[in-house]
Amino acid sequence: MHNKLSPFLKGVLVVGFLFLYIPIVSLIVYSFNESKLVTVWGGFSTKWYVSLFNNEQIMSAVKLSIQIALASALAAVALGTIAGFVLARFKRFPGSTLFAGMMTAPMVMPEVITGLSMLLLFISLQQLIGVPSERGFITIWIGHTTLCMAYVAVVVRSRLLEIDQSLEDAAMDLGARPLKIFFVITLPLVSQAIASGFLLSMTLSLDDLVTTAFLSGPGSTTLPQVIFSKVRLGLNPEINALASITVLVVGVVVLLANYLMLNAQRNRDKAIAAAMRESGAHS
Amino acid sequence: MVETVKQAAASAQGAPYLRIANVVKKFGDTTAVDGVDLDIRKNEIFALLGSSGCGKSTLLRMLAGMERPTSGKIILDGEDITALAPYDRPINMMFQSYALFPHMSVADNIAFGLKQDKMPKGEIDARVAEMLDLVQMRKYANRKPFQLSGGQQQRVALARSLAKRPKLLLLDEPLGALDKKLRQQTQLELVNTLEQVGVTCIMVTHDQEEAMTMATRIGIMSEGQLLQLGSPAEIYDYPNCRFTAEFIGDTNMFSGPVVVDEPDSVEIDSPELGSRIHIDHGITGPKGMQVWASIRPEDVHLDVVPQPAGPNVARGEVHDIAYLGSFSVYHVKLASGKVVKSMVAANHWYENSITPPTWGDTVYVSWRPDMPVVLTR
Repeated sequence: MHNKLSPFLKGVLVVGFLFLYIPIVSLIVYSFNESKLVTVWGGFSTKWYVSLFNNEQIMSAVKLSIQIALASALAAVALGTIAGFVLARFKRFPGSTLFAGMMTAPMVMPEVITGLSMLLLFISLQQLIGVPSERGFITIWIGHTTLCMAYVAVVVRSRLLEIDQSLEDAAMDLGARPLKIFFVITLPLVSQAIASGFLLSMTLSLDDLVTTAFLSGPGSTTLPQVIFSKVRLGLNPEINALASITVLVVGVVVLLANYLMLNAQRNRDKAIAAAMRESGAHS
Repeated sequence: MVETVKQAAASAQGAPYLRIANVVKKFGDTTAVDGVDLDIRKNEIFALLGSSGCGKSTLLRMLAGMERPTSGKIILDGEDITALAPYDRPINMMFQSYALFPHMSVADNIAFGLKQDKMPKGEIDARVAEMLDLVQMRKYANRKPFQLSGGQQQRVALARSLAKRPKLLLLDEPLGALDKKLRQQTQLELVNTLEQVGVTCIMVTHDQEEAMTMATRIGIMSEGQLLQLGSPAEIYDYPNCRFTAEFIGDTNMFSGPVVVDEPDSVEIDSPELGSRIHIDHGITGPKGMQVWASIRPEDVHLDVVPQPAGPNVARGEVHDIAYLGSFSVYHVKLASGKVVKSMVAANHWYENSITPPTWGDTVYVSWRPDMPVVLTR
């Protein structure tokens, strides 16, 4: 292994990072631009932040998006965990291959197809039984849940396959019934996978545009929809301000999560090292 | 075959505590356990010994209730438990990986089974403390499993499986996860604990040393069948088939027809040895029958001076020497190409003032006529 990077590799690295981050940095810089023109620097100002918070359309879209993201993530975690458990732990049953395929289909299906087919389903349901009466929160929520639960199922399934199955056998051997084992042993062991499935679902739901476009109604516009429609009418520094806030929030959350995970790992390593030292001293 | 096993089981003293009656387990077309009959006495430490895939683990899982026998019955203390679910059986198991719940402390792990029985909290605490003392882990009660060494984890797993005072304790490769030095030390410690508690115990292992050290009786399994039952000494000294003789310890195996069949002696003609094998006891079997003679390396004498030609003697040259400290194993190549192993104590040579033979030297192997064990299968 080379410890030092050659100048060429360093150059490639720098270019790669520049390519990834220059757009984001310029976006943040221009969010403090005085000028209304996005490409012309007119001096420092925070006025776009002020006008962003006064823009009711954007603010209500933010609220709706967060609500939908939370609701979809919750439903996706509940359904996806059960599906992942079935995929990982149940012996082959008739149709299990079909079930596994259908479970992951929403991940690979073009969103246009998913969105369109759901739209058609909801319209015919409305004509037949009158429910859902209009397209809005509920229909978007169902659409996002369908998409997100596939991801949760995959994450939970792979975690379950990693876990030593004799843990569940041991719990059964010690007198716990299957349902109890699921809640007392299995669920705590996959809790990290469930948490990451929840976060993944929220992210997916928050920036989903295509499915949402099919399933939203007149009164329900999500944040990506607002941004997209605004951008089409011409770039607006308010959007820059909104994007900068998003970058800040995401950055802080990621850093915090990393810090907590690193800390936990460090404590764990310390405890293991201490145990090794002690047992070494005893023998 | 089944007959001899039944006889051995019947000769065991005392009423059986656990009876495994003609248990068969099939997975699709493959038969993992092929009609096993086995009686276990109370407070016995029994070892099922066999190589991987011989069906011993499947048999253990059927006792634990994780697998349902295809046919046959399992009766524990007078109760037919064949169809009982794992969580309803008065049987606990110590898993090979120990299967300690990683998100629970040592004390909570031990208390887990007791909580399932809805035992009052005071009693649970008392029992957990008792178990922690038993395995000398009291000061680790609040540790999480990952904060323990392998040996400590094994002790917690043992405490957890004993906490419910099971009628039968199952040990799946109990020390397989420990390194060799720690394993030898732990074997006797584990036996002491089991005897202190007085629990009937079935262990499964592929490690013959572990089985010989820990068990009062051993059952040798191969291809789903129980080949031989007996105490460690019986199994080593009187194997009843080639598999057992070769699986337990090391042996020299010769095959050939019975050429002399007297009531008090037999002779086997062995082309590989280049002479006959004389055995000073009779066998049940017709003259001309193909049999095998098994001679342990420690029973094979090695001489540097020429020996008179005759039965039980052969000339060869030293092909290889494995020096193992207190003794050495000489690999002697005979004229037929067959290699005979002879175990010689390190002090044998200098106590008799003989220069030890070295590679390529001509030597003579021989054994007493009462040493070979005749095997018919």
